[in-house]
Amino acid sequence: MGVFLIHVLNALLYSSVLFLIAGGLSLIYGVMRILNLAHGNLYAVGAFVTAWVIGWAIEAGAPTALLFLLLPTGALAAAAVGAVIERTLLRPFYKRPEEYQLLMTFGLLMILEDLIRLVWGPNPLSATTVYAALGSLSIAGDRYPTYNLVIIAVGVIAAVFLWAFIYRTRFGVLLRATSQDKRMASALGVNVNRIYIQAFTLGCFMAGLGGAIVVPSQSAVLGMGVDALVLAFIVVVIGGLGSLEGALAGALIVGVVREVGITLFPEIELAVLYLIAALVLLVRPAGLFGRASA
Amino acid sequence: MSLLTTRALSKSFGENRAVNAVDFKVEQGEVLALIGSNGAGKTTLVNLVSGLVRPDTGQIIFEDQDVTNQSSYERIKAGIARSFQIVSLFDQLSCSDNVALSIFSREGKTLKLATLASRDRAVWDEAHDVLRRFDLDRHAEIPAGAISHGERKLLDVAVAYALRPKLLFLDEPTSGVSTREKAPIMDIVTSIVRAGGITVVIIEHDMDIVFRYSERIVVMHQGSILADGTPDAIRQNDAVTTTLIGTHPTGEAAFASADDARR
Amino acid sequence: MNKALAVSEVHSPWRILAWVVPAALLLIAAPFVIDPFQTLTLMYGLIAAIGALGFNLLLGYTGLLSFGHSAFFGAGAYTVAFLVKYLKIASMELFLAGSVLVSALISVLFGYVCVRYTRIFFGILTLALSQVLWSLAFKFFWVTGGSDGLRVPTPTLLGAAPTDDKMEFLAHKYYYYVLAVFAICVFLMWVIVHSPFGKALQAIRDNETRAEFIGIRIRRYRLIAFVISGIFTGVAGALWAPLNGLASPDVLVWTFSGEIVFMTVLGGFRTFIGPIIGAIAFTYLKTYAVGFTVYWQLLLGAVLVVLVLVLPTGIMGAVERLWSRLKRRN
Repeated sequence: MGVFLIHVLNALLYSSVLFLIAGGLSLIYGVMRILNLAHGNLYAVGAFVTAWVIGWAIEAGAPTALLFLLLPTGALAAAAVGAVIERTLLRPFYKRPEEYQLLMTFGLLMILEDLIRLVWGPNPLSATTVYAALGSLSIAGDRYPTYNLVIIAVGVIAAVFLWAFIYRTRFGVLLRATSQDKRMASALGVNVNRIYIQAFTLGCFMAGLGGAIVVPSQSAVLGMGVDALVLAFIVVVIGGLGSLEGALAGALIVGVVREVGITLFPEIELAVLYLIAALVLLVRPAGLFGRASA
Repeated sequence: MSLLTTRALSKSFGENRAVNAVDFKVEQGEVLALIGSNGAGKTTLVNLVSGLVRPDTGQIIFEDQDVTNQSSYERIKAGIARSFQIVSLFDQLSCSDNVALSIFSREGKTLKLATLASRDRAVWDEAHDVLRRFDLDRHAEIPAGAISHGERKLLDVAVAYALRPKLLFLDEPTSGVSTREKAPIMDIVTSIVRAGGITVVIIEHDMDIVFRYSERIVVMHQGSILADGTPDAIRQNDAVTTTLIGTHPTGEAAFASADDARR
Repeated sequence: MNKALAVSEVHSPWRILAWVVPAALLLIAAPFVIDPFQTLTLMYGLIAAIGALGFNLLLGYTGLLSFGHSAFFGAGAYTVAFLVKYLKIASMELFLAGSVLVSALISVLFGYVCVRYTRIFFGILTLALSQVLWSLAFKFFWVTGGSDGLRVPTPTLLGAAPTDDKMEFLAHKYYYYVLAVFAICVFLMWVIVHSPFGKALQAIRDNETRAEFIGIRIRRYRLIAFVISGIFTGVAGALWAPLNGLASPDVLVWTFSGEIVFMTVLGGFRTFIGPIIGAIAFTYLKTYAVGFTVYWQLLLGAVLVVLVLVLPTGIMGAVERLWSRLKRRN
């Protein structure tokens, strides 16, 4: 029973991080119809910035409690990078065919990969102090890292907050209106450009937050962005591009399948995920919660 | 036997009954105009017959064969072709390419990948001949996206014509074209289809064109056929003039009855 | 609709020969004029060109952007590696035949699924499917060598065993073999895109509804194009494996698919030779970038961004624009 509970927690843990990344990707696509291939790199930026800031703070002798407050810095950094990217590189492509956007974001992926290397070097950065600081608690006889529960908590809070934001605030209404019919929204006086930059920044913030909260439990390494992107892809394919519920459902499915996979069949776990994604695309191309395909 | 018959053909989009149990007949060799206000169901009817859209209920019979469940590909092979209301061409290909594609397709040659298209002189000669008939041969090597709107409307018809169909639907062949260009376009189109013995159904809004070029007029209104007859008969049909043109023999009551009829 | 249109290509035999003859002479003379390292780079470029040529049948001529072509390249490469390791075969001809078969099989499978969709969904699906292959290559390491890959020794060419001096063999004998296959592939693809089938593909690209309404069954044609495309790229992978000496998952990962897209767009996807030019240019660009700085990805990424922003029709697009401007001056 205890072991089962731990597996459940592990699955939730993975799902939480995936939801943040994939949710951001899906949000951006839903509002702007842009599939950002560099989205994973913003997750990486979040991880690297947080690890770096925490590392610096530790050297400066900061108390552990403060370190926790510094966790979100990665998310804010990712949001800032996102805002800059949207304004300078994405905006020229809104009126062009979506294939060009895809190409541009691929170039961006290459640029960001190396910028991360340029700034932080080829070695991994970690923030294990934070991870260790919370110790572990006993779950049905086994020790389980307490920090993992923090990650799950952040994921849940983010999901709730996002839902409230999208469905209960005025901004959320504008977001949904723009995503359904950009021209109509514009005709009704919505500043579409501002919605776009806000949506994009929010999406990048989510990805960065995913990186920020995960980095204490696993280091920030080069290439983590590219790996994360493909996983996020699987999530949105299963759940439906452009749907937040879909990102949640997809993240949970992927988290569970992965946990089952690495426990029972470690070799094919990744392949199974891709296959499931391909199968879903075959049967229900819009994903579980997605709209009819573009 | 009519060339085309529909029986109780219906199609709804959500709440909107676009085509409502329509019995529509087209006779061999005639030039028929299909008119009606926007939303009357004309384009939907054409979409149903050409296979772009599947009906909810009803039958479509072409040359005594039930084509209701056939794909658009099969219907084209059977002899039904159409042009499009919003010009629909292969813009990056030349005008002769556009027409030649219809011919290659008609002859079943489009799967040949080991021979050069330019070598099939018969196809290109026919393509140039078609372009000449539509007065477009000077644009043969020019991309279809680069010619004027009126010329594109003609090319759109030419591409459908090159399929040598038995039944040709022209969806607003003169829409968006300046008034003085309309008659020349229609002259070309009608003379060509008459010479080829092709049965034509034209969707049109311009009443001058309708009365001048068609032998039979079918009037649709809110998904049903309102009237069907010769241009003279239609001109004198009160129901038609009321709903379409909004006039009534006794002036004042005009708007009232028009609204009643529409409801 | 863009009225300043796609470049139409003039097929007068003289104009074509004016390009082809000098290029052919240069390529034939290359190994005697440049040093072996340069020859190898050129070979990588020619091989990439075959792959890009295949890729562009889908993009430039059918209007489908695939982000999964690494699957076919990798399939070709790993077919060679498996033939060597498990069947002890060393014949290049059998390598090519095997790769054609395997990539045809995979592309029929993948294509059948993918051609129901267009645009972004098509791209995502091709990416997901290619990643299946990548993850299989990674995970089943006892079969595929995992991240270390499988060694591929020099093959026999037309029955002739390779000479002892590997460099000499690669830079001369193997070079001419690759050049010959390249020439054949270019010729075949040229015929295909100028055939009635090629025209039908372009019709589908320009207006799929109208193509349907002149009697073209678009899904079937897209599938055929997909398979041809996959075979060409598979052949490229097969030629690559002995040159590289190793078949590794690096050529199955999706970012490699991105490179194939990159090089095609670099050269210009709206022309026939654009992908060839782009592939060779990209190969040189990457080789020098990698040698120049450890941040070569940054360099290449910046090139791509600028390319898409400023020069979306690629090198050949710019050349054609320049040419027509010069013609207008006279």
